[in-house]
Amino acid sequence: MSGKSIGARVLRTEDARLLTGRGEFVDDIRLPGMLHAAFVRASFAHARIHGVDASAALALPGVRAVLTWADLSRGLQTTRLPSLVPNPYSKFPRTQLALAKDEVCYVGEAVAIVVADSRHVAEDAAALVSVDYEPLPAMSDCRDAVAEGAAPAHADLPDNKAATFKTAYGDVAAAFAGAAHLIKEALWIHRGCGQALECRGVVTDVGRDGMLTVWSSTQTPHLEKRVLADLLQRKPDTIRVIAPDVGGGFGPKAIFYGEDAIVAAAALRLKRPIKWIEDRREHFLATTQERDQYWSLEIALDADAKLRGVRGTMLHDTGAYMPWGVVMPYIAATTVPGPYILPAYDLDVTVAYTNKVPTTPVRGAGRPQAVFVMERLLDSAARALNIDPAEIRRRNLIQPEQMPYKVGLTFRDGKPVIYDSGDYPAAFGKAIELSAYADFPQRQKRAREEGRYIGIGIGSYVEGTGLGPFEGVRVAVEDDGTISVQSGAAPQGQGHKTMLAQIVAEQLQVPMTQIHVTVGDTAAFPMGIGTFASRVTANAGPSALLAARTVRDKILETASRILDAKVEDLVLDDGKVDLRTGNRRAVSLGDLAKASQGFPGFSFAPGQTPGLEHTAYFTPPQAAYCNGTHIVEVEADPETGAVKILNYAVAHDSGTLINPLIVDGQIQGGVAHGIGNTLLEWMGYDTNAQPVTTTFADYLLPSACEIPFVDAVHIETPSPLNPLGVKGAGEGGTIPAAAAIVAAVENALDPFSVKLNESPITPDRIVAAIDKARRRKHP
Amino acid sequence: MKPPPFRYHDPRTVDEAIGLLSTLDNAKVLAGGQSLMPMLNMRYVLPDDVIDINKIAALCYIRETDGVIEFGAMTRQRDIEFSDVVKARFPIIHEAILNVGHRQTRNRGTIGGSLCHLDPSAELVTMAAAHDAVVTVAGPNGTREIPFAQFPVTFMTTAIEANELVTGVRFPRWPAGHGYGFVEFARRHGDFAIASAAALLETDSNGKITRASVTLGGVSVTPVRVRAVEQALIGQKGSEDFFREVCEECRKVAAIDDVHAPANYRQHLATVMSRRALVAALGRVGKA
Amino acid sequence: MSETRKIAVTINGKRYEEEVEVRWTLADFMRQQLGLTGTHLGCEHGVCGACTILFDGYSARSCLMLAVQADGHEILTVEGIAPSEEQMHPLQEAFRDNHGLQCGFCTPGMLTTLLEFLRDNPDPTEQEVRIAISGNLCRCTGYQGIVAAALDAAQRLKAAKEAS
Repeated sequence: MSGKSIGARVLRTEDARLLTGRGEFVDDIRLPGMLHAAFVRASFAHARIHGVDASAALALPGVRAVLTWADLSRGLQTTRLPSLVPNPYSKFPRTQLALAKDEVCYVGEAVAIVVADSRHVAEDAAALVSVDYEPLPAMSDCRDAVAEGAAPAHADLPDNKAATFKTAYGDVAAAFAGAAHLIKEALWIHRGCGQALECRGVVTDVGRDGMLTVWSSTQTPHLEKRVLADLLQRKPDTIRVIAPDVGGGFGPKAIFYGEDAIVAAAALRLKRPIKWIEDRREHFLATTQERDQYWSLEIALDADAKLRGVRGTMLHDTGAYMPWGVVMPYIAATTVPGPYILPAYDLDVTVAYTNKVPTTPVRGAGRPQAVFVMERLLDSAARALNIDPAEIRRRNLIQPEQMPYKVGLTFRDGKPVIYDSGDYPAAFGKAIELSAYADFPQRQKRAREEGRYIGIGIGSYVEGTGLGPFEGVRVAVEDDGTISVQSGAAPQGQGHKTMLAQIVAEQLQVPMTQIHVTVGDTAAFPMGIGTFASRVTANAGPSALLAARTVRDKILETASRILDAKVEDLVLDDGKVDLRTGNRRAVSLGDLAKASQGFPGFSFAPGQTPGLEHTAYFTPPQAAYCNGTHIVEVEADPETGAVKILNYAVAHDSGTLINPLIVDGQIQGGVAHGIGNTLLEWMGYDTNAQPVTTTFADYLLPSACEIPFVDAVHIETPSPLNPLGVKGAGEGGTIPAAAAIVAAVENALDPFSVKLNESPITPDRIVAAIDKARRRKHP
Repeated sequence: MKPPPFRYHDPRTVDEAIGLLSTLDNAKVLAGGQSLMPMLNMRYVLPDDVIDINKIAALCYIRETDGVIEFGAMTRQRDIEFSDVVKARFPIIHEAILNVGHRQTRNRGTIGGSLCHLDPSAELVTMAAAHDAVVTVAGPNGTREIPFAQFPVTFMTTAIEANELVTGVRFPRWPAGHGYGFVEFARRHGDFAIASAAALLETDSNGKITRASVTLGGVSVTPVRVRAVEQALIGQKGSEDFFREVCEECRKVAAIDDVHAPANYRQHLATVMSRRALVAALGRVGKA
Repeated sequence: MSETRKIAVTINGKRYEEEVEVRWTLADFMRQQLGLTGTHLGCEHGVCGACTILFDGYSARSCLMLAVQADGHEILTVEGIAPSEEQMHPLQEAFRDNHGLQCGFCTPGMLTTLLEFLRDNPDPTEQEVRIAISGNLCRCTGYQGIVAAALDAAQRLKAAKEAS
């Protein structure tokens, strides 16, 4: 095997196991003597706990233990879960206790753990645990939560303003004072949940040596280890966390959940392995999600529709706690300028506590909301100024010669928002071409003649990806000539193992089948950050490249010694090193690996180091910004409000592509998530903050009949920030979907004068909007 | 989400099943399982006993005699879907059943189970209402028949007693050449209908409607035969405009308000779906 | 009240005689008691389809069946699809070649559902494939790879049939 692997549509090494039912997800793990856990969860959105009576539960045969807050170690009783991204703007940066002590603040908050011989018995017992609740007023709608006199979501806090901050740059006052056009909009975006097909879960085992081994369906095994060590007050090297096969993550599995600490505490106490698998109902109640944002924005333009400024306010529902600080609303706030030249910007953000499960990033992480508002503002401006929506965008796009482009804001990585590379007009143009946008007016006219209503909509985005600080990779040549690779990366379907193997294969000229990758295991690779924010390829990829290059150098140096040849005359080929001159000898990588470890009793030459291995930590200087444009064509039925997607075109630039097959899959999957968010998914709560959509019959995920083929074209503008030129690709499919789809539906219903400033747009709301517009015209 | 503890029974005959139903006061009958099992898994129901009737072979049959088709209560929806007789003589049932869940649902789900569960949007329930089907019921004192108009009592509650078992259901056929149309509005393919409409029409040689059956599913807590619309159609020549006018009556039907749709939207859909079903039915009249 | 029954069930061609608690679902019985963990649980209320198996050749959600109902019947799970340890079924190969899976959690249900579908519909259209898998949710792939794999598998199976 020789030649390039990067950029090739290599089939995934992960697949054979998964296709034949030999995957190992956390619920597939069975240990001798394993017990099963279930949690008792709050049935009120806000209540004081005056007591917990577990006597009936403990009396049930097969029940081994019931633990409440009172039964926990001092550390677990007093240490709150970490705030993973602390931020000075947080006024009341509150996070949870692992088990509720004397107050619950959302339906589903864990109050006690039951451990039994089977999950069945654990559930039987959980139903018998009696909790003495004193219901307190519950805040449901975040707008009510920040209103004057609102009941506090936390009984001891004076109000529900968890945080307030401003993001701003430029002279906004002047921008608006001198504007030719001012347009104001109020917008609502609700993003729903991650809803990976595999729920959360953990299996915890205590070894004879006191080693705590935790298998967890997590995106962040190293974080989990660190937090467990802290909460359980154990030395970090007595804890090993393994992310086995993980059935999807999408964001919510990136945070640390109290259940994992409680299961571990129970395992330590009972000295038995314990398994806890979250069921789907629990997932709806107790796994984090994204939810509501309310934006009020004003846009200022000059006479040729050039942007002068955007200003306004945003209200963000963070739920009952802030495990990720203000990351999501902050990302949303700093993403608004997007790919446009926006001279001035001022946004005041209020983050509100409500008595609902906390919100943390879900695929897109606040960017879909920002893109939605900016794109809707532009469409509104286009309509007001009677300009084609594509044209107004063309006039305002940042030009390629302006790269790197300094926006004027500080991003969540603490660095100024500087778009490193990207050709926004080219991506825009490609999407226009791919979607046959220019001919759309004709298509629309023909359709209307047939009594059909079709529309087209545009959404463009810039996304900060590849966030640091690092994701390391170790590459080693084993004695048998195979290559072992370890990384702190933790995949949930992104094909990290294949991606890393491709990079290493190209450097070492070894077939993929000879490369064995281990990920997601704190024992295999001690320092890691995890999978979120589309960061793994952009961090681990360059680390793999750097590690493999160093190993390559060591291989050649060792070979030059063994073959007594010059390095320039040596070539790596198919698992060996060839000497291309003279008597053309070769030596296998396996032999080189053995030779590099010397002989017992003999010293190395001065300067010689053992082994053909190297660990590299690439540390990106800042986020790498990728971009794209989606153009969507829909048909809307004004009688029923049904929306059908006729065509979905994507121009996508995430820099160099390691594996286009995998990237295509990420785009297709990301768009599907965006379509779900826009047309189907809504996580509902009533006025008492009781969740009302708690099954897949009520919360609608798209099926194969709702998701079209996504026609995607790739542009590769390499990032200058890493040696591979890669950027993240996991979320770009989702980010502009709502903007483009809602714009298309509004365009389709233009004859009905409907305005859509919200997402999701459900059929009943569309019909209601048509009705409202008709009444406005004919009162 | 594991089921609560219960005792399990698997009778082989209808009499055995009725014997159990007569002595157990907190029992649930398990047919196809597509409705009961989710409820058990979610612990929405807590029966002391589950009576599995899947082994009562006598309840699985499709018989057609003299213009009437009879389904045994345990006839799988799959068998109805692939029945040539149903497709040929009861094409609206064939059209409707393709909307019942998904392949996996129909492989196990039964017509008897669907009728007894009486979900407001169940397509087979709507079919029974549309055809004035007759439900046969067995009890400790023998068998009886319940015309479908009397079968639903209220939301998901049927007229059968606790010690009775539905054994079958009979559908009288409409003559060859009848018009039929079934339209459903659901959020995703295979989902519960937010609103559905079933229309059956007969016309005379002048194209005037002589008989009409118009049924709404999913709109109210039980299927609704919209008699006002049916009566307004008699003696008239159908057309889309005429249907649009007449179907406004459907807006008055008492409608469900839930997380999927507000009541007034269902009422609105009722007018649209009924009109579309009638248009489809009219287009098929005479095309046997 | 943990009433049990003895059952005999054939799974992937192998006969199992087991005593099982009557309230255990077929899915939990296969996964926990028999160690056949290839069939996955995504919702336990009959919507996601990850638990789909073939029951006497017909696709069924194993989370909606009681284990005792399998007595005397034949089941095929994902573990029984490949003809041998060394060789995958054309449907599985088509999934691999068309990037029809990412995390792999929904995959077992997709495979059994498509096995039945392609057996009964050897020459399907794309729309027919989409309807066939409409009862199987996937959050990762956006379905395109799965649809492509199904259509590809149909061709492979047809070719294999013609060759034999």
